Amino acid sequence: MSRDKDRLLNILLVSPSILAVIIFVYIFIGWSIRVSLSKWKGLTADYTWNGISNYLELFKDPRFHVDIRNTLIFTGVFVVGSIVLGFILAVMLDQGLKGEGFFRSLFLFPMAVSFIVTGVVWRWLMNPATGSRTSGLNLLFSYIGLDSLQNPWHTTPTWGMAAIALAAIWQMSGYTMALYLAGLRAIPAELKEAAQIDGANSFQVYRHIMLPLLSPVTLSALIILGHISLKVFDLIVAIAGKQYALDVPAIYMWQVTFDGLFYGKGAAIGILLLISVAVLIIPYIRYTLRTETEQ
Amino acid sequence: MNKKLFALLSLLAIVSFVIAACGGTAATEAPAAAGDQVEVFSWWTGGGEAAGLDAMIVVFKAANPDIEFVNSAVAGGAGTNARAVLATRLQSGEPPDSWQGHAGQELIGTYVAGGQIQPLNDLYDAEGWLDVMPETLIPLISQDGNIYSVPVNIHRANVLWYNPAVLEANGVEVPTNMDEWFAAMDTLEAAGVQPLALGEQWTKMHLLETVLLGTLGPDAYNGLWDGSTDWASADVTAALDNYAKVLTYANEDSASLSWQDAAQLVVNGDAAFNVMGDWAEGYFRELGKEPNKDYGWAATPGSDGVFQFLSDSFVLAVGAPHPDAATAWLKVAGSKEGQEAFNPVKGSICARTDCDKSLFGEYLQSAMDDWSSNTVVGSLTHGVVANDSWKTEIDTALGAFIADGNIETFQSALTAACASSGPCK
Repeated sequence: MSRDKDRLLNILLVSPSILAVIIFVYIFIGWSIRVSLSKWKGLTADYTWNGISNYLELFKDPRFHVDIRNTLIFTGVFVVGSIVLGFILAVMLDQGLKGEGFFRSLFLFPMAVSFIVTGVVWRWLMNPATGSRTSGLNLLFSYIGLDSLQNPWHTTPTWGMAAIALAAIWQMSGYTMALYLAGLRAIPAELKEAAQIDGANSFQVYRHIMLPLLSPVTLSALIILGHISLKVFDLIVAIAGKQYALDVPAIYMWQVTFDGLFYGKGAAIGILLLISVAVLIIPYIRYTLRTETEQ
Repeated sequence: MNKKLFALLSLLAIVSFVIAACGGTAATEAPAAAGDQVEVFSWWTGGGEAAGLDAMIVVFKAANPDIEFVNSAVAGGAGTNARAVLATRLQSGEPPDSWQGHAGQELIGTYVAGGQIQPLNDLYDAEGWLDVMPETLIPLISQDGNIYSVPVNIHRANVLWYNPAVLEANGVEVPTNMDEWFAAMDTLEAAGVQPLALGEQWTKMHLLETVLLGTLGPDAYNGLWDGSTDWASADVTAALDNYAKVLTYANEDSASLSWQDAAQLVVNGDAAFNVMGDWAEGYFRELGKEPNKDYGWAATPGSDGVFQFLSDSFVLAVGAPHPDAATAWLKVAGSKEGQEAFNPVKGSICARTDCDKSLFGEYLQSAMDDWSSNTVVGSLTHGVVANDSWKTEIDTALGAFIADGNIETFQSALTAACASSGPCK
């Protein structure tokens, strides 16, 4: 009797959030899929069946090819950069230096600001103007005699996206550092000592003992950073506005839907974004759930 | 006992959640008695635009002391963000009473086609506006004989701004056609002066429309938008060649500059020319610059005697919550008092032809003369000649062209855009 009551209570307690998730996530996903299969163009809803032609059109669309290329460049530079930098910072902080707490907060702080703020600041820093109007980092380089480092940043053809990723690395490497630091602290000191007794130098200790033990952390970082970079929108708009050369699927979706009123096509881009994120995240969630149940 | 309380609380949570979900924003809006408020939606949130709107609100309140004016302005460049918010509100069936829209296809192609705005012919007849507004304007804000919006102001898009001192120092005359312009920019470039200041992508579309107009002339330019000029023709190729050439004179960091940044280069003497609508003049005065000394103006090369216009106008929503108050607002927006309050502050000229000239500065007086005497054509970037879908397709084609510089693909993309969202077959 009391067990049944508990059950009822539990269901009642979680039902508001379940209801919310069902309505605002799953029903809307379904609705978006339906819109993406329609001919809807203009402000009035039009659910005329259009098959998968919105998707086929996107795969032929040169702008969508640019979007995919840009996303790959951004993801590559951002994820690798954040993980490498975050790991190095974590190892340095793990040496038991004085004022560790201060540096930990210092490196974590960028994560506390929004991508918009980061974007505005980096828009100034990465000002590509030349000659007498040079400013930001380019001006700094010329002051310290490193003129050869001056570059057009995000206005570089094809690779401009990598400059945007620099700003994202600045923001998220502190977070990766925190992940790694927690991971490093969880590794028993005996393992390290044993390796040292066996004659391993510190590089070998990190390469063969720490890194393999940190692989779950690396996986988490990869997933978290990866899904952020697939969905990136605000950072790019804050730094560079909406322009073709720095287009990504999220910006294309926004423009094609709200500026151009191609709702069917916009929904198709949204669904493709969802699929790409799901491919990354669902295996990870299943893996984590399984390990948790096993424990 | 405690468990019962919890169960009760969770039930309460569910119920309140469902109510909140169903109610939406309608539940939070005070159910004011009909007629005592009017909600007006715009993207006028800063500078001369917001000040002009405020001046018009003062006129409105003096005429309608009993109606509360709800100013729902959404910030964001050229109204992109505001239009997105408006689209969402219209889809959820909660229109503001009246909203701002660029006169022309942006309104007709989007809101008339969607059945979201009402014809205003009765209002035009009652207020006698047909006699005081330019004849050329009326067809652009009408469809099938129905007039759909009240234009408040007129801006000119085809203005070439220049720095008189820079031109004089290099012995360059103000160019009147494309070839003269190229020659002038060659001279300036050879002298180490930045010939043309250019900004982010939409300012490049603005430049494109003036080069199309300057190369094709007004008749063929108008033909691009009604389907009588072939986008695949050799004339259009020549215009796009000109455009590609103009881009070579522009600053390399254009992608990182706003229109203000680019315009400022001219008045600061860092560049010789800039093509921008005449709202730039308001910005120059804000910077404390003087007309004909710090900046000069002319029609863009090849477009002398043509007024490429854009206009902000207000509409009446289908299903407006307060139709009477909305009509009272539109009366003010179309009135001499309203337009004379708005335009000198915003830095634009009246859509009416009977405004007092002495209220306006030197540049605007010259624009008023041109408005009454020139051939009138519409702007692409600012919503007069192409509907939103078409404009977005042109924007994508333009972006690809800026990235790869391929004129042939550019032209075929433009031709395809006219077929998919424009009048071309």
